Amino acid sequence: MPLLRLLPRRAWAALLSQLLRPPCASCAGAVRCQSQGTRDLSPQHMVVREKILDLVISCFKRHGAKVMDTPAFELKEILTEKYGEDSGLMYDLKDQGGELLSLRYDLTVPFARYLAMNKVKKMKRYHVGKVWRRESPTIVQGRYREFCQCDFDIAGQFDPMIPDAECLKIMCEILSGLQLGDFLIKVNDRRIVDGMFAVCGVPESKFRAICSSIDKLDKMAWKDVRHEMVAKKGLAPEVADRIGDYVQCHGGVSLVEQMFQDPRLSQNKQALEGLGDLKLLFEYLTLFGIAEKISFDLSLARGLDYYTGVIYEAVLLQTPTQAGEEPLNVGSVAAGGRYDGLVGMFDPKGHKVPCVGLSIGVERIFYIVEQRMKTKGEKVRTTETQVFVATPQKNFLQERLKLITELWDAGIKAEMLYKNNPKLLTQLHYCESTGIPLVVIIGEQELKEGVIKIRSVASREEVAIKRENLVAEIQKRLSES
Amino acid sequence: MAERAALEELVKLQGERVRGLKQQKASADLIEEEVGKLLKLKAQLGPDESKQKFVLKTPKGTRDYSPRQMAVREKVFDVIIRCFKRHGAEVIDTPVFELKETLMGKYGEDSKLIYDLKDQGGELLSLRYDLTVPFARYLAMNKLTNIKRYHIAKVYRRDNPAMTRGRYREFYQCDFDIAGNFDPMIPDAECLKIMCEILSSLQIGDFLVKVNDRRILDGMFAICGVSDSKFRTICSSVDKLDKVTTQAVLLQTPAQAGEEPLGVGSVAAGGRYDGLVGMFDPKGRKVPCVGLSIGVERIFSIVEQRLEALEEKVRTTETQVLVASAQKKLLEERLKLVSELWDAGIKAELLYKKNPKLLNQLQYCEEAGIPLVAIIGEQELKDGVIKLRSVTSREEVREAGRKTFNFYYGYFIDYYWQKWPDTTPFTYKALGA
Repeated sequence: MPLLRLLPRRAWAALLSQLLRPPCASCAGAVRCQSQGTRDLSPQHMVVREKILDLVISCFKRHGAKVMDTPAFELKEILTEKYGEDSGLMYDLKDQGGELLSLRYDLTVPFARYLAMNKVKKMKRYHVGKVWRRESPTIVQGRYREFCQCDFDIAGQFDPMIPDAECLKIMCEILSGLQLGDFLIKVNDRRIVDGMFAVCGVPESKFRAICSSIDKLDKMAWKDVRHEMVAKKGLAPEVADRIGDYVQCHGGVSLVEQMFQDPRLSQNKQALEGLGDLKLLFEYLTLFGIAEKISFDLSLARGLDYYTGVIYEAVLLQTPTQAGEEPLNVGSVAAGGRYDGLVGMFDPKGHKVPCVGLSIGVERIFYIVEQRMKTKGEKVRTTETQVFVATPQKNFLQERLKLITELWDAGIKAEMLYKNNPKLLTQLHYCESTGIPLVVIIGEQELKEGVIKIRSVASREEVAIKRENLVAEIQKRLSES
Repeated sequence: MAERAALEELVKLQGERVRGLKQQKASADLIEEEVGKLLKLKAQLGPDESKQKFVLKTPKGTRDYSPRQMAVREKVFDVIIRCFKRHGAEVIDTPVFELKETLMGKYGEDSKLIYDLKDQGGELLSLRYDLTVPFARYLAMNKLTNIKRYHIAKVYRRDNPAMTRGRYREFYQCDFDIAGNFDPMIPDAECLKIMCEILSSLQIGDFLVKVNDRRILDGMFAICGVSDSKFRTICSSVDKLDKVTTQAVLLQTPAQAGEEPLGVGSVAAGGRYDGLVGMFDPKGRKVPCVGLSIGVERIFSIVEQRLEALEEKVRTTETQVLVASAQKKLLEERLKLVSELWDAGIKAELLYKKNPKLLNQLQYCEEAGIPLVAIIGEQELKDGVIKLRSVTSREEVREAGRKTFNFYYGYFIDYYWQKWPDTTPFTYKALGA
């Protein structure tokens, strides 16, 4: 197309944005695409999603959590209370003359608001729901503007570290149950990070900046991180080196012991508190049988804005690569920590309710599972239909309707074609393509003899059953399979 | 006071500086440094006790669902979804907001009740008003000619809320629809069958499904001499329903001794709408649709009020056993045992106390409706056994060898739950309490 280079800049921009848009079915004319960063969930997506959420939720229930739900939007002032600086990423509702509202950005702030509003002092709850963020979506890595979060939190004043340990146990149970491969949970403590920075000589004004550099240690080598801190963030080289002595350390409870003895760190009261809690935590984790999955990692420094104690993050050890599969770098799949100060921000009298919790990164997990299924060419059934009602002859619609009603009334999942006179082959083909295991066939012969034919779709074996025994026979077969 | 005001001013200025930097897309490191300064200033400010910064409430017309309300909700959804699945429906989900233009012109006069999102420089968006228009958009976008699907999700309307009557601005819709060109009235009949199955299973009282047809209505008006310009569409849904329409109403508000009669009318509605998808398809291709919507919010109200009237306690957890200790210094043993139970898939809890009193642990069980308690004591440890007690009767139901505890326990749980066919004892009454 020789004329391309003569296109005005605007046309180029439009062309480029079309190319970069995620592909979708033809959006010409009346049907525009969806809003950027969101997607419909097809039946195939939903089946995978429901299976994963079922596993997550049954784990939460196994640990005695109650469930709650909050509205999709909150008063804007409540959300900006915590997210002041990040409020640029919130979806605001238009001012239509009423309250100023914004879509919820996470499930933690609504939880804190709920606790403060209802003056709840103790609660163990899970909450599965969508949240909305106006970040620039990177769809390649499974990041959308509307996405699902699964949170579990324990609010209340309790004996130390028992609820914290249970949170880690829950994370392990879920990640093991999902069978995504080997995983590791990194653990640290806010007070250890603060103490470490203090004893190394990091100026307070640079805390956040240095934290985000250290956070990159899971992707970058230490020397590159060090270079960034010194050259780009203006940290004194000897301070960087001191930090390096710590943040490259990770290990089990023996590392905790080691840090207790560390000449520098042991001078810092905060760090000692954090180390003490971690020591107790490891004791409990050992009793829970999960200590070998936990790593005390001094480079864990993310999301420190509201955490006040222990922090943790779960990563898959090896993104599962098989022949032809692209290594999936999705970052962490679960994270959490202790945040004792949040509810106090909402309570009118500032009363604190200590909280500890976790969030499962289900969208990332969906993405991994879906990619894996795509590579293997796996397909899932999108319905649960057990029996199909068919007929080989014409003018048998009434009989099919009567028969299917018997099945529905007996609680059996059944379908039939919405055709007066369908061909038998079409009906059988429908069963094969949707994975329905059994067919019941009624025709003139069967009607005369007072029987129904039951046919296994897979084996094509057929047997005649008396009409009155049909439901029992079907239930028997279904329970056996 | 002046100091505080000065600090507040600094916070405000710093906040503006940060926002400005973000807008200018300054370097991430610079932004971080400034944000760090802002946070430090805020921390110095501390909590302001002199004034409540905001009111703690949910937005008008919306509500939280407490665990108790969630238990009711989950039960109702369970019945509904089981029915949809029994009829071979797939499930989909769509985003909470649509492009504003997708929703424009679909709801007639009710369009003013749509929640718009603020124009923040991107596309103009609105919160979905129902699940039918997103469905039609989904069909057209994916060029689907037939699908049988259900969709349960919240929708948003800036209506005048009447929360006591179950009318909210954010509320659930449960939609089931069959899209496609089929032989007449078979899918329509199935929709009515589904409505009846659901309303019967929910046991909220006697009901009736009223059926009519838009063409009969129009014809009736025509022969009665009502001119086209005179008759208004009663509600926006009638606009879309171009053929058969259905509405299920409760016949008698279920009144029992002491119960306030509810003014609840319609609990489900539906019909055929053959023209909607064509409005989205670029070539105007039609996909005939018929469907139904269950008015779950009203059903929640009815069930909640019924439970309250009967003074029935509803369980909000599914915990089967509490791991308790009879003496001090047994936390380790409790942690070990509860972990074994979790690993065996048993729903168990323990108190987050190093040395809880046995009485407190039993009280916890009673309040939460936990049926069984596994007690560890020094003597039992020596003997290598665990004592399993029923919380309500306080009787020992089994003493099992420590190693075989889980093995026996699994059987015991099965037997126990067989007494109550419900896998989740919904109310305490079901537990025989």
